Amino acid sequence: MLHSESFVTPDGRTIGPTVMEMKNITLRFGGVVAIKDISFDIREGEIRAIIGPNGAGKSSMLNVVSGFYNPQEGEVWYKGAKRPPMKPYQVARQGIARTFQNIALFEGMSVLDNVMTGRLNHMTSGIFSQALWWGKAEREEVANREAVEKVIDFLEIQHIRKTPVARLPYGLKKRVELARALAAEPKILLLDEPMAGMNVEEKEDMSRFILSVNDEFGTTIALIEHDMGVVMDLSDRVVVMDYGKKIGDGTPDEVRGNQAVIDAYLGVAHD
Amino acid sequence: MTADFYYGIEVVLNGLMAGVLYALVALGFVLIFKASGIFNYAQGVMALFSALTLVGIMNGQIPFAHLINSIFGTHIHHFGWHVPAVLAILLTAGVMVLLAWCVQRFIFRHLVNQEPIILFMATIGLAYFMEGFGDLMWNSEIKKLDVGIPQGGSFWIEDMTSGLGGDAFYGFFIDQLDIVAAIVAIILVIILVAFSQYTKQGRAMRAVADDHQAALSVGISLNFIWVLVWSLAGFVALVAGIMWGAKSGVQFSLSLIALKALPVLMLGGFTSIPGAIVGGLIVGVGEKLFEFLIGAPFLGGATENWFAYMLALVFLVFRPQGLFGEKIIERV
Repeated sequence: MLHSESFVTPDGRTIGPTVMEMKNITLRFGGVVAIKDISFDIREGEIRAIIGPNGAGKSSMLNVVSGFYNPQEGEVWYKGAKRPPMKPYQVARQGIARTFQNIALFEGMSVLDNVMTGRLNHMTSGIFSQALWWGKAEREEVANREAVEKVIDFLEIQHIRKTPVARLPYGLKKRVELARALAAEPKILLLDEPMAGMNVEEKEDMSRFILSVNDEFGTTIALIEHDMGVVMDLSDRVVVMDYGKKIGDGTPDEVRGNQAVIDAYLGVAHD
Repeated sequence: MTADFYYGIEVVLNGLMAGVLYALVALGFVLIFKASGIFNYAQGVMALFSALTLVGIMNGQIPFAHLINSIFGTHIHHFGWHVPAVLAILLTAGVMVLLAWCVQRFIFRHLVNQEPIILFMATIGLAYFMEGFGDLMWNSEIKKLDVGIPQGGSFWIEDMTSGLGGDAFYGFFIDQLDIVAAIVAIILVIILVAFSQYTKQGRAMRAVADDHQAALSVGISLNFIWVLVWSLAGFVALVAGIMWGAKSGVQFSLSLIALKALPVLMLGGFTSIPGAIVGGLIVGVGEKLFEFLIGAPFLGGATENWFAYMLALVFLVFRPQGLFGEKIIERV
């Protein structure tokens, strides 16, 4: 269903109208059905979580949203229009940025250069202007550097600006990846297990950053997470998946009380 | 100092100049290998093809003249005009961009995510295709390429240095063409490095070289970058083709210089632009000096033909990643 008005969540947060809607998405790999007939929406300004046990199809779902997979059935609606099958870079250019579960950074480049790549879509000067480093290209580079410095400040990674990414510890890499996605000033930010493999302190940092990104920039965030506790604290609404099917959708409280969800997570006796 | 000492220095200088030309060819390899993991066997043929095209355009040759004549029974060969060198170089650069687009569109676009060996085989096919195509298009005569670069020994340098080594030494003999080639190569490298470090496309190029998925996620079109990279490699091939063509005429053996680039790459590392330069210089100086000191007096000469490969073999044993290449580490 399409929401055209904003509403107020039980926590008292106002979230906007629907910005993206997945309609009856089915994704198969050969004979394996990774996602089966799933529909849900993402509303403007909210933090939307997709949770589920291992192999539930969460990452596949995120890959459908970001264009890495094209589903066999179903439709993706974005900003009120049906999205034709697209390449990932085209999706990125539409204002959908993402991070990866296994961190996909440019290891050989410095943190600053990595975050700068996030600005590529905001650079419109042509290849000749670029090659000659003349006029528009130079002005653009300066403006984009400023935007990037803001993001770097915001995520508190100033001290490693010039460090090659390969030398950073895991937790910081995750943060650099977030910075790169954020530098694109995305309409929707997709986070694939932003806290996977982190210790408690790093998780708290990351939660804080996610919340303040949402707060300060009003960025719509869709994230996948394993850790139930973290998800329930962070998100406004939650989709629960299990074996490629949607088994729950609603506010954290609604989902917590859902019997199917409890069964999926805690297991159920088959007798 | 004896004259021999100064002749030794002259040998080193000439070696450096020859090394610059090797480095130029190696540079084309590095560009493509870094950005797409393709070892482009056709790089040498691209240099040949660009030189053929340049000469053809300058002389107003009609492309495929032989083919047209044999089909229609005509006797056409030339348009009857001559194109100035600068314009012809620009046109040839355009042809190299077109070639890059075709290579990407018709070959490598269909081979994404294939094994490196398959990509390598594709470039071998490309090399043979381009050699035949170049022959068909511009015919196979040896052609003279004159784009206005001065040639022959520099008398100025010879005069200035003739007093150094006594009566038996007549001054350094250095070909002006080599000097020009060295200057052009240095400028080319500076431009390439600046382009890849400080521009949007350069950054995108490095991003693609580093991680495809991440590059896609920030909105980089892999196809576009690959066309760009092949175009750059085409420009480098054009410069190499001009220099080698001016030196020894545009002939089909030009494509064999690509084989000399292999030891250069093994020395310098396949992924390093500075490595290609330093590797080229080492091979150039090494083979000339070896010939001068050991080859000619003791081994009967002609060591230049194999010295570079021996050197590469030694490197493969002791430092397989080359001088500047990324270290090969396997984590378990």
